Amino acid sequence: MLTLIGIVIVVVGFVLRINPLLVVTIAGLATGIAGGLGPLEVIAAFGKAFITSRYVAIVWLVLPVIGLLEHAGLKERARAVVAGLRAATASRVLLVYFAIRQVTAALGLTSLGGHAQMVRPLIAPMAEGAAENQYGELPQSTRYRIRANAAAVDNIALFFGEDIFIAIGSILLIRGFLDQNGIHVEPTQLAIWAIPTAVCAFVIHCTRLLLLDRRLRAELTKNHDKT
Amino acid sequence: MITLEHIYWLSGLMMAGVAIVNWRDRSNPRRFNNSAFWGVYGITFLVGTHLPDLVNGFLVIAMVLVASIRGLGQGSHVGDTQAEREASAKRWGNRLFVPALAIPLITVLGTVIFKRIAIHGVPIVDLKQVTVISLAIATLVALAIGMIMLRPPLLAPIREARRLLDAVGWAAVLPQMLAALGALFAIAGVGTVVSGIAQRWIPLDKPFVVVATYAIGMAAFTMIMGNAFAAFPVMTAGIGLPLIVQKFGGDPTIMAAIGMLSGFCGTLMTPMAANFNIVPTALLELPDENAVIKIQIPTAIALLGANILLMNFLVFRR
Repeated sequence: MLTLIGIVIVVVGFVLRINPLLVVTIAGLATGIAGGLGPLEVIAAFGKAFITSRYVAIVWLVLPVIGLLEHAGLKERARAVVAGLRAATASRVLLVYFAIRQVTAALGLTSLGGHAQMVRPLIAPMAEGAAENQYGELPQSTRYRIRANAAAVDNIALFFGEDIFIAIGSILLIRGFLDQNGIHVEPTQLAIWAIPTAVCAFVIHCTRLLLLDRRLRAELTKNHDKT
Repeated sequence: MITLEHIYWLSGLMMAGVAIVNWRDRSNPRRFNNSAFWGVYGITFLVGTHLPDLVNGFLVIAMVLVASIRGLGQGSHVGDTQAEREASAKRWGNRLFVPALAIPLITVLGTVIFKRIAIHGVPIVDLKQVTVISLAIATLVALAIGMIMLRPPLLAPIREARRLLDAVGWAAVLPQMLAALGALFAIAGVGTVVSGIAQRWIPLDKPFVVVATYAIGMAAFTMIMGNAFAAFPVMTAGIGLPLIVQKFGGDPTIMAAIGMLSGFCGTLMTPMAANFNIVPTALLELPDENAVIKIQIPTAIALLGANILLMNFLVFRR
């Protein structure tokens, strides 16, 4: 049971809002020691795992060019483009992005998106621009809500699209694991049985997006009348 | 052949550049902390492969202490104004989208093309890492297009990287730290303990209860580990295979497919999946670091319910 100490530390740390880097480090060291490693062995294991996961940070290489383009007015341009479309609303922009992201992910094109490359410079400003177009200047809290929704759309569409593609990591993992246990499954079969959930994800989240538009309308037109 | 190592050098150089720009910025009261943090991070990219594990471990701990005890700051960014950016946006128009969209398009193109070309039988890039390497190459091409088009000062890209990276702050390193934590969980055998508890305490004698336990267990364990890939072997070996497949005769393909997707529902609800849930709040400059998770929770719970019903309905069909 002592091996679960790391989980306890993480939960308590996140609840108390202590710096997550510190929480995770302490949880890792405590778990290692509870699992029977010596202090130096734990630090070495932590260092090794950190170094082998460096690929997670490759995405930061996009920052120089994204920053450069933002300086040149990329976000402003993204807003202006949406402002030219009269039918655009925040939800509709996000709906279209959801559909594109989910379909392309299902075709294995998971890199056609991402928070640093697409959401921050393009999708979030477009959704904000559409809302501005409808309601004028937006309160800051509304901007935050639209941006958080843009990030959520990228995640949900990706997660429940990519599993329909047969060569994605999760399918390969499932197959490898079941093979080890003497059960042979076809990747195409795994992919097919990911479709019902993908459809549910689309229906559930897109319904919520449409409700977001209604909520924005209710809140923002009311404000408008007051002023 | 281009391998991940070359891309790490590139990342290391960028981090080193960010550290230097921070060092020289007097408007940031904590500039030396920022400089140390990004500088050490740069070292882990440049030479981490060749350093002993223990040294890397101490480097990581040094970064954590700088970020959590000393704290990172941000320079007062004197730069463009809204009006200047509006004017620039008017001037460049839709051409601004070209470098931005070049990143995803070239990445996708790279993943397709690099698999097909080889020189003397040796592929140009390490095929196991083709997506990540394509992304890095795509950003370089996009940067080149941007530099030629906009003709900014030569150091502008690194200054912009500094501005954005300092805005993200320590959250930039969190996904990697959590991956390391997952590795330690695996070494210590956290998974087997958790599935043991589930088997002991939950009455697993009705098919529906077993299916619900498996799906909810996948989601819950993914929330703890931050990653469905870590949860899947544990829950499937502990509950899925012995009970759903062997005891009740369920179809392993359907169980595994929907089980993994139940884990993804957990990914949507946890700060442990930092690259999906915490990093975007930093990138989008949201004051509440749980803002994205809060939006995702209703969808995740509804979808988890849908998964339980789907699995219960589909897995025992035969």
